[in-house]
Amino acid sequence: MAATATAISTTATPWNETLPRRGHVGILALILTESAFFSIFVVAYIFYLGKSLTGPFPKDVLSPPILNTICLLSSSITIVLAIRALRAGSIRTFAILWFLTFALGLEFMIGTALEWHHLIYSDGLTIGTNLFGTTYYSLVGLHALHVTIGLMLILLVLVLTMCGYMNERHIERTDVLSWYWHFVDAVWVVVFLTVYVIGR
Amino acid sequence: MAGTIDQQIALGAVDDAQTLPLLGRLHEWVVTVDHKRLGIMYIAGGLFFFLIAGLQAATIRLQLAVPDAGIVPPQVFNRLLTMHGTAMVFLVGMPILTGFFNYLVPLMIGARDLAFPRLNAFGFWLWFFGAILLYFSYIGGDGLYGAGSAPDVGWFAYAPLTELPFSRGNSTDYWILSIFLTSVGTTATAINIIASAFCMRCEGMTLSKMPVLVWLAMVVAFMMLVALPPLSAAQAMLLLDRFLGAHFFDTQAGGSAILWQHFFWIFGHPEVYILVIPAFAFASEIIPVFSRKVIFGYSVMVAASCAIAFISLSVWAHHMFAVGMTPAGNSFFAASTMLVGVPTGIKIFNWLGTIWGGKLRFKVPMLFSLGFLFQFLIAGLTGIMLAVAPFDWQLTDTYFVVAHFHYILVGAIIFMDFAAIYYWFPKATGRMLSETLGKWHFWLFVIGFHLTFDTMHFAGLQGMPRRIYSYQPGRGLDTLNLIESIGALVQGVAVLILVINVVRSLRSGEVAGNDPWDAWTLEWSTASPPPEYNFEEPPVVRSRRPLWDLKHPEDPDWKYE
Repeated sequence: MAATATAISTTATPWNETLPRRGHVGILALILTESAFFSIFVVAYIFYLGKSLTGPFPKDVLSPPILNTICLLSSSITIVLAIRALRAGSIRTFAILWFLTFALGLEFMIGTALEWHHLIYSDGLTIGTNLFGTTYYSLVGLHALHVTIGLMLILLVLVLTMCGYMNERHIERTDVLSWYWHFVDAVWVVVFLTVYVIGR
Repeated sequence: MAGTIDQQIALGAVDDAQTLPLLGRLHEWVVTVDHKRLGIMYIAGGLFFFLIAGLQAATIRLQLAVPDAGIVPPQVFNRLLTMHGTAMVFLVGMPILTGFFNYLVPLMIGARDLAFPRLNAFGFWLWFFGAILLYFSYIGGDGLYGAGSAPDVGWFAYAPLTELPFSRGNSTDYWILSIFLTSVGTTATAINIIASAFCMRCEGMTLSKMPVLVWLAMVVAFMMLVALPPLSAAQAMLLLDRFLGAHFFDTQAGGSAILWQHFFWIFGHPEVYILVIPAFAFASEIIPVFSRKVIFGYSVMVAASCAIAFISLSVWAHHMFAVGMTPAGNSFFAASTMLVGVPTGIKIFNWLGTIWGGKLRFKVPMLFSLGFLFQFLIAGLTGIMLAVAPFDWQLTDTYFVVAHFHYILVGAIIFMDFAAIYYWFPKATGRMLSETLGKWHFWLFVIGFHLTFDTMHFAGLQGMPRRIYSYQPGRGLDTLNLIESIGALVQGVAVLILVINVVRSLRSGEVAGNDPWDAWTLEWSTASPPPEYNFEEPPVVRSRRPLWDLKHPEDPDWKYE
């Protein structure tokens, strides 16, 4: 039995290499289920558009966070370049680009915090004010929660890199993390279109 | 060579385990990441809650046996029906199916474990503590003096009844958090099953050579990934409403109560298929083995399951015909519901085709499978009746509906769970369950089941509403209800026989050997119970029935597939 197995595997591609990587399949499955979760919040947002009984209304208080969007979307580019550097064997370039990714993500979170501070203290919009507040804070907040989780993981990798633990063996793991990060960015495109373009 | 070393190490480990004191052995189970132990823990946990939720159902039947029985007050009755429904779905149906998939998928694809063993353990413990949380509400759910303990909002928890002004105290919060946690745990398992089926198959096992059970496990896992999040998201919204003053389902502030119904049933209907497709999976493994034939129409079987999964995502609002949708909406959901009957019918014909002309062996797993076939057909037919919107308007929220879905949940799912327990118990424990006790269990359960649930159809047609704690005498409901309650008692006795059978077999059951049923899938090629590493050598397969090929080298399957 064992002999046949070896005989087969030497003649053709080894069986294991014909199967997909489990990390990638796992993260795709996670992305699928997260997409379903987000879509319910997007549906609720669209369903309640224009149904608020009292103000403030979206067109009065919302302005598109262009800088935030640019930062978050470009962090997807830096993370791809970082992993490309890791594949090429340059840990130093990887570290710089990885830090840049983290910084861009952090900017997004700071931007969101400032936006929320303004909405709460200047415009008087909280989650309990009206249906707009309810759906706005929960949808944008759910996305911000995912950015926060992503940032924590990116920070973990950053710290491990600084401590000298990063090498080529971890390419697949960082790659899996980057897929999650791309997903968070893609969700932002949907949230941005829903909240700041369609919903305004 | 590597296999022998593995074996020595493993044998050493087994010796250690046997000499450990009780606490040490318990600790082994708590820290385990082995898919077989987690699978057994899921199933044992599910059966434990099956007994509790079953006792709650028995109390409900006791209360309804005669008019104005006065066994429980109405508030307690509401809690009983809520806890019975919630527990049977999330604490019984789900863990038993995830348990079997946990146990069987790696063995059937010739792998040593699932793709992510630690994620698997994480998922189990989330489910476990989520389950505890639901029943803990009896102790901790009060929250506000006199607000009542366990949740009493029904298993689908319609808004705005669940909103803060109408549901004081913390009972509804326990319902939300418990189900949320178990759903996250189940999602972890779903990711694991998909990654395992795609990435961990042994050499030679292409997707089209996987056992039907693994295919159906994958279909169920995909459905879980898509169908559980709507419930979790709606529950998150409800929590925001209850704790932060949001207005998602707050009708006073313009929120919509119907939106909750949509979100719930977008989850709720696929959930029925998440529960019943594993029953299909068990039937597709058991019926061929006891008919001594290959499964009839393997690829059609798989395609029909995928079709059911796909169509079932667009039928949810047939639970909502009575809320007053547009005629277009009613027609769409009536049509899609009837459409889902087509692939389901294909499957029934496939099982019949498998049985047709076979050398049937009427062992207990086969008996339960035959009961399943018959009852599932009836359940499907009443489902088609209820898909006709005007018919549903007449019978919505009556015992006809209760009878219909119990025909699925008990007549199909619980029957196949029992079949699977009798079929795979020898593999998991190394001991056979008694055939004699098993036949007593089967016949009593069939009789009890039909006494209870056939009669419910007629009570429903007579106008008996669901979820009432009593009814007036002399309206043609007395005899029917009494028969239903007697049937429940008979079912209880049958389940008791199962418990006795299991305990007896664990102590002194006949030793099973590797392959007591002369079956064909890979799990029967290893020892019973399988060692921690499952297979000494990773197996190599060439057909859908690798053990048939081994047993019949003169006439192997791979020549024909």
